[in-house]
Amino acid sequence: MNNRALGKLPKGWGGLTYDWSSDQRVFKGMPWNKAMMWIFLLSDTFIFCSVLISYMTVRVSTAALWPDPSVVFGLEVFGTSVPLLLIAIMTFVLISSSGTMAIAVKYGYEKNRKLCAIFLLLTAVCGATFVGMQAFEWTKLIVHEGVSPWGNPFGAEQFGAFFFMITGFHGTHVTIGVIFLLLMARKTWRGDFDTGRKGFFTNVTSNYRAIEIMGLYWHFVDLVWVLIFAFFYLW
Amino acid sequence: MPQYKTQTHKIGIYLWIWALLFVFSFFSYMVDYLNFEGLLRWTLILVFMVSKAALIVTVFMHLFWERYAIVNVLLWPMTLMVLLLGIMAADSIYTLSTRLIYFVAGS
Repeated sequence: MNNRALGKLPKGWGGLTYDWSSDQRVFKGMPWNKAMMWIFLLSDTFIFCSVLISYMTVRVSTAALWPDPSVVFGLEVFGTSVPLLLIAIMTFVLISSSGTMAIAVKYGYEKNRKLCAIFLLLTAVCGATFVGMQAFEWTKLIVHEGVSPWGNPFGAEQFGAFFFMITGFHGTHVTIGVIFLLLMARKTWRGDFDTGRKGFFTNVTSNYRAIEIMGLYWHFVDLVWVLIFAFFYLW
Repeated sequence: MPQYKTQTHKIGIYLWIWALLFVFSFFSYMVDYLNFEGLLRWTLILVFMVSKAALIVTVFMHLFWERYAIVNVLLWPMTLMVLLLGIMAADSIYTLSTRLIYFVAGS
């Protein structure tokens, strides 16, 4: 469905009933892989919500003292302890990667091969930096401060279990995202979307819409970090 | 090959949102740095969190420009998640009260 045909369809709530009752595909003007990415992200949201809500339930219901995140995640800089410094830097790095991803998607729409690939690569670099800092944080907690999933020196034992599960699951998402960003950057730079070169595993040619779908995933990872930052680190 | 809808926007809107996300993140970090406590802390944290999430979803993920067919697919399950959050919050407060009564006060 092209832009003009799509422009003629009813919009808003009328459009909602029109799309769902049309006896045709529901998501008009949207390629299937993009619709499926949205559905996947919705299911992923359920997983993250389950984890975060169970964390809240455990943290609120425990009678033991919960470790103070701004002390646990504090960083010593030139002799003074700055609360959450590393986490703040990680947040800014991930938000920057979201910004570069949005710009990569924009250049993808415009079929601007080089700039799109460069911004995809920048996004991957930011993502890798984030994972690196997370590895540093985990090392600090596990090796130097003795935090484990079953105990820690600061207070309630459940702290470690939830910390490692939540940040670990998010870090896995970032890592997978970085791998795919690098693959997409290579494909884009090589001009696969312009020449119609087929993918490694598939017989189907791809196009620049793949960048947009990649972007949805990456922004979702950033979105989840916003929630984790608020509920785990700031609480 | 069918033609799909594409939206191009000026780069300015992405840079603006990027800057706003930086500002909101800085503010939410300041909430912790300046040691705000109690209701004020929670209000600020949630306001900044929801603003950031809304900016990412509407502009970066282009949901603002999508048809309601997909917007509603995402909106209502999320509403249910918020409902679950509320239920579990109430439940965990109740659990805490029983633990305080029987484990801490009773021991």
